[in-house]
Amino acid sequence: MKIQRFAGLAALLASTLMASSAMAETLRWARASDALTLDPHSQNQGVTHNFAHHIYETLVDRAVDGSLTPRLATEWYVKEGEPSVWVFKLRHDVKFHDGADFTAEDVVFSLDRARSEHSNMRQLHSAIESVTAVDDHTVEVKMTGPSPLYPNNLTNTFVMDKGWSEAHNLQSVQDYAAGEDNYAVRNANGTGPYILDSREVDVRSVLKRNEAHWAETKPQVTEIIYLPIAENATRIAALLSGEVDLVQDVPVQDIERLKGTAGLKVETGPENRIIYFGYRMDDKPLKSSNVTDKNPIADPRVREAMHLAVDREAIRRVVMRGNSLPAGVAMPPFVHGWTPELDAFPAPDPERAKALLAEAGYPDGFSVTLDTPNNRYVNDEAISQAVVSMLGRIGIKVTLASRPVAQHSPLITGDNTDFYLLGWGVPTFDSAYIFNDLIHSRTGHFGAYNPSGYADPALDAKIESLATEVDVEKRDADVAEIWAQVQRDRVLLPIHNQLLAYAMKENVTLAVHPENQPLMTTVTYGQ
Amino acid sequence: MFAFILRRLLQSLIVMLAVAFIAFLMFRFVGDPVEGMMGVDARLSDREALRDRLGLNDPFYMQFWTFVKNAVQGEFGISYRLQQPVTQLILSRLPATLELAVVSASLALIVGVTLGVFTAIHGRLPPSTRETLLALGAVLGAGVAFHLLGGGSLLWTLGGGAAVFVSTAFWAKRFFSQAIMAVSLVGVSLPTFLIGIGLIFVFAVEMKLLPSFGRGQTVQVWSGWSTGFLTKSGLLSLILPAVTLSLFQMTLIMRLVRAEMQEVLRSDYIRFARARGLPESKINFRHALKNTLVPVITITGLQLGSIIAFAIITETVFNWPGVGSLFVNSVQAVDVPVMAAYLLFVALVFVVINLIVDLLYYLVDPRLRVDGRAGRT
Repeated sequence: MKIQRFAGLAALLASTLMASSAMAETLRWARASDALTLDPHSQNQGVTHNFAHHIYETLVDRAVDGSLTPRLATEWYVKEGEPSVWVFKLRHDVKFHDGADFTAEDVVFSLDRARSEHSNMRQLHSAIESVTAVDDHTVEVKMTGPSPLYPNNLTNTFVMDKGWSEAHNLQSVQDYAAGEDNYAVRNANGTGPYILDSREVDVRSVLKRNEAHWAETKPQVTEIIYLPIAENATRIAALLSGEVDLVQDVPVQDIERLKGTAGLKVETGPENRIIYFGYRMDDKPLKSSNVTDKNPIADPRVREAMHLAVDREAIRRVVMRGNSLPAGVAMPPFVHGWTPELDAFPAPDPERAKALLAEAGYPDGFSVTLDTPNNRYVNDEAISQAVVSMLGRIGIKVTLASRPVAQHSPLITGDNTDFYLLGWGVPTFDSAYIFNDLIHSRTGHFGAYNPSGYADPALDAKIESLATEVDVEKRDADVAEIWAQVQRDRVLLPIHNQLLAYAMKENVTLAVHPENQPLMTTVTYGQ
Repeated sequence: MFAFILRRLLQSLIVMLAVAFIAFLMFRFVGDPVEGMMGVDARLSDREALRDRLGLNDPFYMQFWTFVKNAVQGEFGISYRLQQPVTQLILSRLPATLELAVVSASLALIVGVTLGVFTAIHGRLPPSTRETLLALGAVLGAGVAFHLLGGGSLLWTLGGGAAVFVSTAFWAKRFFSQAIMAVSLVGVSLPTFLIGIGLIFVFAVEMKLLPSFGRGQTVQVWSGWSTGFLTKSGLLSLILPAVTLSLFQMTLIMRLVRAEMQEVLRSDYIRFARARGLPESKINFRHALKNTLVPVITITGLQLGSIIAFAIITETVFNWPGVGSLFVNSVQAVDVPVMAAYLLFVALVFVVINLIVDLLYYLVDPRLRVDGRAGRT
């Protein structure tokens, strides 16, 4: 009797829970972390941009295939006779959430703000000399030199309203050191498809559909409830119990289980991010090796041996449980310059690798320390562990040093590593982005993530020329040549491209976005 | 008296300074905050400039000094991760933590003392074979009956079994008290994380009775204090985290009460009371329980501090928006201002509770009042 009542109460509660989730137009969207800020120019970070794309809009947008598509700008071109000036034609009849008109002045203000001193977006706009409004719907951006690829840098630079910003004293971006609290961090006024309704940092944010948005088709989702849930197990439990509709960050080990759960489905797709190993390959002895008079990795035969020792298929099968695309080149397939030939990789051949090591003068191998992050990429530490044992088979004794990313990254930017794992996303979808930071020798603004010591002035010059080369065919040929040399010299040891997985209720459909920045405007309901 | 309090306050200040100092020593090994504050393609020169402006390149004693100087003025800076004033962040998260702590502590105290008394009174002898068999039989019988009647999932069966078990237990008290002691070992030894995930799995995922995460709907009571006590979803959300957080304290208090009470029950005045023919309930609750409560109050007071300060794991598992989960997120992002302020806050909580406990001793124990000169007898 007592128990029956209990069961009855439970059924009642369960049915009220289900009734509230049956309202199809509200989407409860769970992620591992919250957007860091609402200020669109303050952080150059994926999660923050992903959230901002719902409230604010950019001049140009990027389609899933990597091509640029119009958003607030309807067309853009290099000005006739002035190769270093870009002209942007703006969309008419666009209004900000507070009702103000969107005009060229807002674009000028936003670009100037994005390249101001405390902005984290400024490196994307460092080639700008000046921005001017020609008329209400035309903006001219004057660059310091020809910049054929500049519009690629605009896909995460959002437009704010000049009047609103000036009223709230937002001309500059948050300055941490000054200890001030910027109004834009907690308030938003964009032109985007959703309007911020309420926000509790790290807890929940509610967005309501912008009924006055310019797009012809209205998104099906009328209300977004954004829920950051840091703990993996809790996030998945919330989906299983029906308390959220969509989980964007699904741990690899849960994918199969969720696929087999009635009422749920999992969408997977490749992410625009390559996971690779890098090493010091100049002549100075390694810091962590038993070979103290020279650098074994400087010998091309040793690098070839390491390349042959790694079994990418085994990593895909065992470590990633099938959820990766093994790669032969340090470049995701979305990137301009990618070819299937470059991406091919040899079958692992430990015998040949051992022979190469012996030939190079290391019949008994050598020792080295591998630095790996343990909280940045999917199964990053496990990948490194697998590679440690694979290299062990050919006699290279690897000691694993595993750290959180906040401690790992400084090793690479500060030249304090011999051998490391890193992941690289390519937001511009162009090879130059990889060359600039990973291949170019560390000089000036180049080579920030290149602690390899690899330096070839001719190659550096070729990389630098890519930024200003206007002849498309010549540029493509240069890109191919650079990749050929990088592959020949084995500058990087690529492993795979990560797959992304989104889990959702059966009646919700959202395709995986290669940059992991899905827009909830693309969510559809029903079968 | 005033000299005593003054001395204690001075000591408290030194403790807090020491905590802050050690915290700053450790921050150098947590990683580079600038890494998380700037995108991957930020220029090295820009990173260096930011590091300089934030004073991260200063030697740690300089950073420490700046921190102390600002902290004295109540200024804890801007969070590197969330770009909001740290004081405001911590204050906005405090209600969630305090409400959870108060509910957990009350739960632990009420259930712990009740079960402690129960097991002390009834647990002196091991249960007879007949009682054990009866209890086990009842559980199994009920379980099988439920299952045969098609009473739903295995979990409901187990739930039914547990309910029958409770009713049987009142009949076979000695068996029950032994069973409680055995189960309490689970509370003491299972990690909080596992208990939390287990409860989520049973009550949220399988039964869909209670929310698995968050605080539900909250209501703004007065400026800055949002409470979950006033809404249905708020109260439902509180159950699982409160049980998880209180389980350890609950078993601790229960075992403490039981041990103290058994000690008291053996003493002469209890035997004498029994010889006088006083009713059992009067002996147990008026004479025995009253004399066991002094150490219990001390322990409970100190445990309240650790419930507030170390709800971190429970808060993380249940995505409870308190100061503990704020701290965890801050550690991952190397958010030094938040970490420093949080550690100082925790030190303050302990210092204040210790001070109160010391003052209570002072009031309770007359021997302490004579300037500490009188020795114990």
